[in-house]
Amino acid sequence: MTQVINIQPITRIEGHASIGIRLDDNGNVEDARVNIMSLRGFEKFVEGKPAEELPRIVSRICGICPWMHHLASNKAVDGCFGVTPTPAGRLLRELMQTIAHAEDKLLHFFFLAAADFVIGPDSDYAVRNVIGIAKANPELAKKVVQTRQKAKMILDRFSNKAIHPIAGVPGGFSKPLLEEERRDILAKMREILDFALFTIDFAKKDVFPKYMDAIQTLGVIKTGFIGTVDDQGAMNLYQGKIRLMKPDGTFTEFEAKDYLDYIGEHTESYSYSKFPYARCWNEGFSMDLENPKGIYRANTLARLNVADKMATPRAQAELEEFREAFGRPAQATLLYHYARLIEEVYACERAIEILEDPAITDPDVRTKVEPRAGRGVGCVEAPRGTLIHDYSTDENGLITRANMIVGTTHNIGPMNMSVSQAAHALIQNGKFDEGILNRIEMAVRAYDP
Amino acid sequence: MPVKVASEWLNSCAGCEISIVDMGERLLDVLQVADFVHLPALMDHKYFGQLGDGKHIEIPEADVGIISGGIRNEEHLEIAGEMRKKCKIIIALGTCATHGGIPALCNSYTTDEILERYYTTESTDKMEAFPSEGIPPLLDACYALDEKIGVDIYLPGCPPHSDHIFRALTALVEGTSPKLPEKSVCDTCPTVRKGKGELKQMRRFLQPPEYGAADEPLDQMRCLLEQGLLCMGPVTRAGCGGDNVKPRCISARVPCRGCYGPVRHNGNQLLDMLNALASNGIDFRSLPERKSLLRFSGAHRLLRPAAAK
Repeated sequence: MTQVINIQPITRIEGHASIGIRLDDNGNVEDARVNIMSLRGFEKFVEGKPAEELPRIVSRICGICPWMHHLASNKAVDGCFGVTPTPAGRLLRELMQTIAHAEDKLLHFFFLAAADFVIGPDSDYAVRNVIGIAKANPELAKKVVQTRQKAKMILDRFSNKAIHPIAGVPGGFSKPLLEEERRDILAKMREILDFALFTIDFAKKDVFPKYMDAIQTLGVIKTGFIGTVDDQGAMNLYQGKIRLMKPDGTFTEFEAKDYLDYIGEHTESYSYSKFPYARCWNEGFSMDLENPKGIYRANTLARLNVADKMATPRAQAELEEFREAFGRPAQATLLYHYARLIEEVYACERAIEILEDPAITDPDVRTKVEPRAGRGVGCVEAPRGTLIHDYSTDENGLITRANMIVGTTHNIGPMNMSVSQAAHALIQNGKFDEGILNRIEMAVRAYDP
Repeated sequence: MPVKVASEWLNSCAGCEISIVDMGERLLDVLQVADFVHLPALMDHKYFGQLGDGKHIEIPEADVGIISGGIRNEEHLEIAGEMRKKCKIIIALGTCATHGGIPALCNSYTTDEILERYYTTESTDKMEAFPSEGIPPLLDACYALDEKIGVDIYLPGCPPHSDHIFRALTALVEGTSPKLPEKSVCDTCPTVRKGKGELKQMRRFLQPPEYGAADEPLDQMRCLLEQGLLCMGPVTRAGCGGDNVKPRCISARVPCRGCYGPVRHNGNQLLDMLNALASNGIDFRSLPERKSLLRFSGAHRLLRPAAAK
């Protein structure tokens, strides 16, 4: 009789998903899937709403990365209404975006992922979590909590609302940055950069070396990659061209507004979420482990792979070391964690650069907007991948049509593949235990869905 | 003895859970006195046993159950029922749990209309049938928790301020019941109100409100509603700013949109706001659209598909 293993819910991720593994009569894996369990339907219920209200509605797609939805939405509405934000408005948006990235990566690495490495993948589930880390290493835990809180409270105090933000507005930003606020935030970001550098050194010395075997094998698949780069080919989190790389490292670039020519969304009967794929490769969609078609990945490892370089010095040095060890494009799934810590360094450095730009305190933060008929595509790099909001408006500026491709969804196909790879490799002849099931989940957690 | 706590998220976005984390070092204090037995966001307890061989969803017994999110599908319904069965006290955390929240905007449409649009967007490949294998069927609407299970404590907010979460958890550990003020955002807003004016029309939020220098304190800025900007302050429960802090949105020079839900649990933010405008001689037809006034509280059948009305 076939046996079904339900790993439900997948834990220490954001959102609702489960893994179903079906074993054949001999106890070997027949198939393994990731079910995405929820659907809310933002694409429908934003219709008819005044476009300028959308940045405050669609932020609720994700409470972990609300800034990215808020900002992609603001950019899309700018496009509908045909306005360009003032320079200070644009800089303030990017500042919020980079600090939110810096906060998010600390949250993911320490609160969600680290327990698998620091406490150990086979340890008792009751202590394999951030609470276990806090008890085992209270000093580190306190430092992590304080630093993450520092980043979060910068956003909270300056923008007045960090979870489901409100300060981005069509045309720019709702309030200027005062000089004394600038100095205060700059000092704090320098401290957070120090912690980012400590974290990556700590991980390179005390965490990753112990798990090199797992890094080389767990959930490893071969795919293409997607991410945003600037005109010089350096990684950018806020603005630029989208670069889509094939598994062999060759790539094409396109403007976000042309995304429909490059990206399609496939559906499967077992997942509410759709499966974005590279429609422009003209090879269809397949998650076959030996011969995948149309599959690319997004999020940290993908952004690093597609970029020629990092635009800030410390992050560039880290990227060079990373590339020296793992090549380009690096395919090993657990390297997402390593790449995340390099991006953490970049986000802190970039926030400091923005804060040192005199234009950041210019009080002219918002261009006046007038509702009109139009279309706008807004794109930013969310922590979990390239995020696209595409709206059309009628002559009163009410939404007539909305389409969104959310960062995490680019990785739904790859996550299914990594889970299938891990399950096939780890479960044989009906033998499995809690540690093995957790390792299969680790193949999902790397993608930070 | 530590208080046992189970936490679940249903039709939600994780913002409430992040607000719990935003207690910062206070979270470490809470962990000294609260023993989390189930918390999918941060812990690995599984519904069907750790080896995935159980037949029914099982959540351990707890003194306090915290649930964020509304109820939108059959799995949410089953989990909510299991939480009610296993927890002595149920807290509805956040406006999705108390009033449906933003996702309850879907209640203006049938489930088929929602699915139809999502699976036919410009980027989506043509498909034969909506997904249905191994995923929970959607209910006909998005429900607030108390439409399906008993709720003991309501902690609204999108998200609830971490000060309030901390205070509620501390109160429960001490064996008392947290109290929420029944005040409106306006009751806590320091902006200048001059009373009824000449205003007849509302204008859309397309340019900044009038105020002086960038650092002008809030208590010198004219009330946004009196400036002609729709602000949901009069019909929204106070609290977004946490302990002794001013309303968040208005502090950013942005009008309130009602995220703490109605001032009284059973209030109707749409009707109450239209009444407030009318009693001030303002023509509500100057609003570009009205359903958005229920954007945080569309559960309890306040928003319904057009055909059903």
